[in-house]
Amino acid sequence: MALAMFLSFIAATLAITWWSARRTSGASAYFAAGRNITGWQNGLAVAGDYMSAASFLGIAGMIAFKGYDGFMYSVGFLVAYLTVLLIVAEPLRNAGKYTMADVLAYRLKARPVRAMASLSTLTVSTFYMIAQMVGAGALVALLLPGISFNVAVTGVGVLMIVYVVFGGMLATTWVQIIKAVLLLSGSVFLSILVMRHFDYSFTKFFEALSSVTFTQNGVKVTQDFLQPGHKYAGAWGPLDLISLGMALVFGTAGLPHILIRFYTVPDAKTARSSVVWAMVLIGAFYIMTTFFGFGAAVIVTPDHIVDGSGKISPNMAAPLLAKVMGGEVFFAFISAIAFATILAVVAGLTISASTSFAHDFYTNVIYHGKEPKPGSEVRVARITAFVVGALSILIAIVLGPAVNVAFLVGLAFAVAASANLPAIIFSIFWKRFNTAGAVASLIVGLGSSIALIVVSPSIMGDKHLFPLENPGIVSIPLGFLAAVIGTLAGREPEAEAKYTELVVRANTGLGAEKATSH
Amino acid sequence: MSSPLPPDSSSAVEPNSPPHRPSFTAPEAERLQPDWEGIAAMAEFKALLARKSRFIVAGTIFFLVYYFALPILVGYFPALMERKIGPVNLAYVFAFSQFVMAWAVAGVYVKTAARWDRAAGEIIQKSEDR
Repeated sequence: MALAMFLSFIAATLAITWWSARRTSGASAYFAAGRNITGWQNGLAVAGDYMSAASFLGIAGMIAFKGYDGFMYSVGFLVAYLTVLLIVAEPLRNAGKYTMADVLAYRLKARPVRAMASLSTLTVSTFYMIAQMVGAGALVALLLPGISFNVAVTGVGVLMIVYVVFGGMLATTWVQIIKAVLLLSGSVFLSILVMRHFDYSFTKFFEALSSVTFTQNGVKVTQDFLQPGHKYAGAWGPLDLISLGMALVFGTAGLPHILIRFYTVPDAKTARSSVVWAMVLIGAFYIMTTFFGFGAAVIVTPDHIVDGSGKISPNMAAPLLAKVMGGEVFFAFISAIAFATILAVVAGLTISASTSFAHDFYTNVIYHGKEPKPGSEVRVARITAFVVGALSILIAIVLGPAVNVAFLVGLAFAVAASANLPAIIFSIFWKRFNTAGAVASLIVGLGSSIALIVVSPSIMGDKHLFPLENPGIVSIPLGFLAAVIGTLAGREPEAEAKYTELVVRANTGLGAEKATSH
Repeated sequence: MSSPLPPDSSSAVEPNSPPHRPSFTAPEAERLQPDWEGIAAMAEFKALLARKSRFIVAGTIFFLVYYFALPILVGYFPALMERKIGPVNLAYVFAFSQFVMAWAVAGVYVKTAARWDRAAGEIIQKSEDR
């Protein structure tokens, strides 16, 4: 049953890829879907890119095991879009072409800035992607017992390479849209089933949450799941929670695979409306995590959220809730949605990584902004997509299904917030900002995020040197500070001279990249 | 939406293009450039910029304060946040209110930004008429 649903999703997405490949010719079509995506379509695609397996499976599991603290992720994930809406989306669309680095390179020295931005993009995308691939492998192996982890990872990797290499941005956008619709409808069904279990009474539902019984270290305990502090406890807990909030709220506006979606729409106004669409959909989805996350805690109970071999596995919370509530068919449906989610998100990450490498590194760093031959930028992007995909398959297989991947997603957000966001914000809003500042923020933000995660409890366990799991509270100020110090260290008259042009462009849309007509 | 520009605006285009000019491809660079300095000097443009920055700064401060109040209160004042309100507690109500807050700020922003769009349109029109 699950297999049939997986296969029909794959067939539908391959048909889209084939259709896109026939329509896609030229760089703007390949990298930005011809800038012809409408507001609601892009809203769905942005929401799709954002509601990853980490959101669907991970948050459901986190709430099912840790209660309220898991819901804090849901809140941060939505509020983060205000940063995107108010500060980043419109200037980015007006001043850039294909990548986040376009905005930085607009008035700064293109080669150092693009090289660093490309490195940061590749880092964020690869970490995020490996986390998704390992999740995909584990999920497929659980749901389809005949298929091993390695086969599952390879299958997911090959499919994502096919979407990106042949279908480009148009195919990944439509795969994302279909997946977002599936995910949202699956979540609505699941939420309704949970509420039916409580006779549609919120009072009964919330009362059940106040005493969840499960086994902890071999002892039966009963906890109030609406009470905060089950995950972020102890002396450092509150600070860790604030640090997490900072990474989410400032990181989303620096995630390359989200930012490149604003180049697929015709103008800044549509970019704005697509953020609003995305906020409506993402908000609705994260509110529903209340029902299926807490629902899994109460109805399935943490002791029974286990994988195929009977081991406790938080990621199985949502699929198992579906099984209990709706039987095998619904279980297969929700599992297929989780699978679709992973496929769509890895495809989005692959295109963001390959676009950045081809546009920023190949064309602009190596060839000084001129393609050596027409079409070579797209060719390089296709080759990069293939290489990135192959590498991620390899790394995911080497790491294996047992590795804890949650910190990889946290790392992606921390790097985006500490390295990318200071550079983006200052280049739009601070006249004096210069190349040294941008490069400093990218290096310090990237370096400090990685270094702090390596010495955090996520990797070093009890022997940690840094007490927080989330580095944001230290690395984000460091990234901004580095940007300021780097800038004040010298002056760059060319960058200041071009600021007027950037401000007029960002605020009027004059000279912005136009949509291509078919 | 493409805006034909007056020929005299080309004189304002960067006289000595710096070597690190970003990679806007050939047709983009050949197209006549808008009069960036002229527009930036317009009183209407300065007023638009001031209005926008006021709104964006105020809006950003508001949502950041509202949002970070949640982890701070939950982390450091658990007794207050665990107070029951009907079947739920203050912590959950406050967390839920963040969704309402985010949608409300987005709604106000979209309404306000529509006015900026009109102002920007008039500025472009005026710069072309000159």
